Amino acid sequence: MDSSTLRYARSHEWLQLDGTTATIGITDFAVAALTDLVYVELPELGRSLAAGEIFGEVESVKAVSDLYAPVAGEVIEINTGLPDDLDALGEDPFGRGWLIKLAVTDASAADALFDEAAYRDHCQSAGH
Amino acid sequence: MAYLFNTPDDIQSMLETIGADSIETFFEQVPRHLQLDQPLDLPPGLSEPELEAHLRQLAAVNHGTSSRVCLMGAGVYDHFIPAAVDEIASRGEFYTAYTPYQAEASQGSLQAFFEFQTLICQLTGMDVSNASLYEGGTALSEAVFMAMRITGRHNRVLVLGSLHPEYQQVLETYLRNFDCQLDVIATPDGVADVDIVSQALDSETCCLVIQQPNVFGAIENLESLCQAAHEVGALAITSFDPISLGLLKSPAACGTDIAVAEGQSLGIPAQYGGPYLGILTCRQKHVRQMPGRLIGQTVDRNGRRCFVLNLQAREQHIRREKATSNICTNQGLLAVRATIYLALLGRQGLLDVAQLCCQKAHYAADRLGELPGLELMFQQPFFKEFTLKCQGDATEWIDRAAAAGFDLGPDLARFPRLRESLGDDADQTLLVAVTEQRTREEIDRLVQSFASVSTHSDTPQSLGKPA
Repeated sequence: MDSSTLRYARSHEWLQLDGTTATIGITDFAVAALTDLVYVELPELGRSLAAGEIFGEVESVKAVSDLYAPVAGEVIEINTGLPDDLDALGEDPFGRGWLIKLAVTDASAADALFDEAAYRDHCQSAGH
Repeated sequence: MAYLFNTPDDIQSMLETIGADSIETFFEQVPRHLQLDQPLDLPPGLSEPELEAHLRQLAAVNHGTSSRVCLMGAGVYDHFIPAAVDEIASRGEFYTAYTPYQAEASQGSLQAFFEFQTLICQLTGMDVSNASLYEGGTALSEAVFMAMRITGRHNRVLVLGSLHPEYQQVLETYLRNFDCQLDVIATPDGVADVDIVSQALDSETCCLVIQQPNVFGAIENLESLCQAAHEVGALAITSFDPISLGLLKSPAACGTDIAVAEGQSLGIPAQYGGPYLGILTCRQKHVRQMPGRLIGQTVDRNGRRCFVLNLQAREQHIRREKATSNICTNQGLLAVRATIYLALLGRQGLLDVAQLCCQKAHYAADRLGELPGLELMFQQPFFKEFTLKCQGDATEWIDRAAAAGFDLGPDLARFPRLRESLGDDADQTLLVAVTEQRTREEIDRLVQSFASVSTHSDTPQSLGKPA
């Protein structure tokens, strides 16, 4: 996946919109900050999420971080193989490491998220 | 562990380091009105011989289980403790209360806790045990919090009225600042009615809390209760008696999701309020919601076996307010005692202890139940403890037994939370627990002491309190 076509949340999730379906993952920056990943917990299919709602968590040897929905929507697909293949998330966070797909409530909500340049600035300025 | 001195020289050098010339200057940062401007109101110091004599005098006022016959129940029991427990647990290497903060530096302690976890898993049939919590009541409360996180249901907890009322009280304290309703199902028959429990469970309920055997000593229909909880998507939490598992079906086999216990029975002496031992176990799929320390076995960079703390990223020093608990230590010394106790007894030993308790308790219940003025409160199966209903005030019977050298009880009137299950009988009921330590001769003497009273009078209410 081309990271320049994605939208980004302040909390380091990325989102790719295809019509009203959004694929969601976490960024390479987030993966690098977490270090060795040991566990990921994803939501149930059919769960409806508000923007900013916690939908799961990712755990490394150093920390446990919550996963936040960048936009509102209903969970229609889960990367079910991911919990048993965390290398996919570590090695390819924008591709094989995707987390969930949402049927988004309002596709225009994605416009409020960062584009790649703004997200990279955010990573820098946040003093990360 | 090294003894840390605090000599006047040490104090002076610490003061110099931080730039204060005396303790008084150091404390100037405490507002004047909060400072005590007079010496502490304490009697003058004693010499060592005086102090020893004073303490000996105080100690002589205590009555321990060695000088009297203990048949007391309600959560703490007079089980035999092999001498090896004290001998091994008092070794300097083990004689510390907690997991050290630099945990991996203490491989011996971690190995002991790993053995503890293994033994507790074997005992309960559960997948995972943590390295222990403070005691039974807090372990139960932590289990309820786990259930809230796992189910996502934060508003309702269902508890059987046959749960130890003090555990319920601890749970109430834990829940006080949460918007969570604690509902209690009365158990007037001594055990829960599964149909009534089923009706009370709903899709808002995060868990059903069961005690097995329950506070009255009776054995609940644990399997059906767990099943009822699962039917509404709630978890089943069981507080069990470790010794009872020598005979009873394990919490895991009955369908329990989180099993907790007070571990005092496992080689820990009965003493005022503790320290005791909290046991908490769960299914593998819930391990990430489990609070406390969890020791794992791995290999170091040279391939040698070693022990580490697992899932630390979920503890409060890392995860702050989202931690699984604000307790991130364990009851180390007492977990070591339980480990030694279980290792000494082994599978057969535990079965023997459980059988002895059960047989002796049933002998005592039969004999006591035959006496005029005494009867079994409930017609339910029991393990080592049972509830007696007395003619008149239960405390008078307890006092009478005490005068003859036997400690029974407690009387159940002291627990207001049990009144809903016991009704008007609350003042007339008391607990009797019989461990493997009791002999037929002791039980017969107790019966005899009551019988001799009964022959003198049919109205125990008229008995005077023993001097």
